Amino acid sequence: MAYFDAASTEPLHPQARQALIAALDVGWSDPSRLYGPSRRARMLLDQARAEIAEVLGARPDEVSFTTSGTQAVHLGVLGTLSGRRRAGRRLVTSAVEHSSVLHAAGTHERDGGTVETVGVRRTGAVDPAAFEAAVLEPGTALACLQTANHEVGTLQPVAAAAEACRNAGVPLLVDAAQTAGRVPVPAGWSVLTASAHKWGGPAGVGVLAVRKGTRWRSPLPEDEREGRRVPGFENVPAVVAAAAALRAMAAEAGTEMTRLSGLIDRMRKTIPEIVPDVEIIGDPDERAPHILTFSCLYVEGEALLTALDTLGFAVSSGSSCTASTLRPSHVLEAMGVITHGNVRVSLPRGVAAAEIDRFLAVLPDVVRRIREDAGVR
Amino acid sequence: MMSRPTETAPQPALTIDALGKKCPIPIIMLAEQINQVPMNSVVAVLADDPAAFTDVPAWCRLKSHHHVGSYDLPQGGWAIHVRRNY
Repeated sequence: MAYFDAASTEPLHPQARQALIAALDVGWSDPSRLYGPSRRARMLLDQARAEIAEVLGARPDEVSFTTSGTQAVHLGVLGTLSGRRRAGRRLVTSAVEHSSVLHAAGTHERDGGTVETVGVRRTGAVDPAAFEAAVLEPGTALACLQTANHEVGTLQPVAAAAEACRNAGVPLLVDAAQTAGRVPVPAGWSVLTASAHKWGGPAGVGVLAVRKGTRWRSPLPEDEREGRRVPGFENVPAVVAAAAALRAMAAEAGTEMTRLSGLIDRMRKTIPEIVPDVEIIGDPDERAPHILTFSCLYVEGEALLTALDTLGFAVSSGSSCTASTLRPSHVLEAMGVITHGNVRVSLPRGVAAAEIDRFLAVLPDVVRRIREDAGVR
Repeated sequence: MMSRPTETAPQPALTIDALGKKCPIPIIMLAEQINQVPMNSVVAVLADDPAAFTDVPAWCRLKSHHHVGSYDLPQGGWAIHVRRNY
C-alpha cells in the first residue's frame, strides 16, 4: 500500500516507537507524586515538554499536553474567549479552519457570543486586509488562523494576521496541526495548537501552548494537571514518544520537506497534462510541502477513492459522497472550487519517488474508466 | 456565494432537471446539454445537492461559460443559471 494520507495521520516515526516502548517501562508512574518512579515520570514529562517547546518556539511553562489536537483547539478557543470575556464576545476565524475551530465557534455562539468568518480567495488563503478589518472591530476577543489548510495545503498569512492582532490588542490562536515538525512555526501567536500524530508521534497527544501574558481561563471543571489547563492524568509514555518524533521530524525537515515538495511540484505539473478536465486546487507556491489536492470533473469522489484503494493507494477526499454529512467539504465550498471527484494526496516522510511514478502511471486510466462508466463522453 | 429569490430569475432557453441527483450528475448533464442551446442563451440547472451549488459556478469558471446567478427554488434547491459562451 502506498500511503498518501499523512495529512490525516503520519505513520509512527521509528524513534517515537522506540521511545514509547522504553517510556512504557519507566514512565508509567503518577508524575504528581514524590516517590522515585514518579519523580522519574515527572522528569521524562518535563524533558519532553522542554523539547517540544523548543521546536515549536514556546517556553516550556507555556506548553500543556491535551488528549488530541482537537481538544487543544477546543480548550484554546473557549479558554481564551473565557479569559477575555470582559474585552468582548466576538470571535474571528477564517472560513477554512479545521472543524475543531468551527465547532468551538458554534459552542461560543450558542453561549451568546458572536462569530465573524473571514472568507478566502480561490487559493484558500484569507485576504490579510479582510482579516485585519475583522480583527479591528470593537469587542473582538480572539482571532483564529491555521498555518496551512488541512485539505488543500495552502499556507495562511499568519505573520500579517499576527501583526494585525498585535496592533489591535487581540490574541491570535494559531492552529499548526498541518505544519508542526515540517515547517517552522510562524512567530506572533498568543495560543498555539498542534497534534502529535500528524508529526509521527502517537495518537492521543495534542499541544496547547498559551503565551505568557495571554488571559486564559479553563472552560472545564478545575483540575490540577498540566498547569491547570488540561484535566486528567498525563499520558507520559505517549508524550515522550511525541517529543522523540517531533525532534526527529524537525531535524530531517530541511532536506525531507524539500524532497517531498519537489514530488508534489512534479504531480502538480504532470496531472493536468495526463488527465483531462482536472482542477488543481490551492496555492502552487505558498503551500505546505507535502499536500496536493485536485478535483476531476464528472467523477464521483467515492468511486475514485475506491478504485485507487484497489490499486494500493491510500488517499483522502473532500467530496460530499465520501463524507458522513453528505455535504462537500466547507473548505472547497469556501474556495469556490470543484468539490466532486476530489482527491487529497499528502506524502509521509520517506515516501519513495517510485510510488509517485506508479500513481501518475495509473491515474489517467482510473479517471477515464470512471468517466466511461458514468457515460461521460 | 449568495443565492437570490426565485421571482427574479429570467426565463432560460433550456431547463435541466437534476433534482434528487447527486454530484457529479448535475454537472455531467449540464456538460452534455449546454450545446443544445444557441450561443449566449441561458441554461437553468435545477439541483438540490449542496455540492451543485458550488460545482456549477466552478465548472463555468473552468469551462469559460458564464454563471448568471443561482435562484432559490420554493421546494428547496436552486435554479442555477449558466450562459453558453462558445
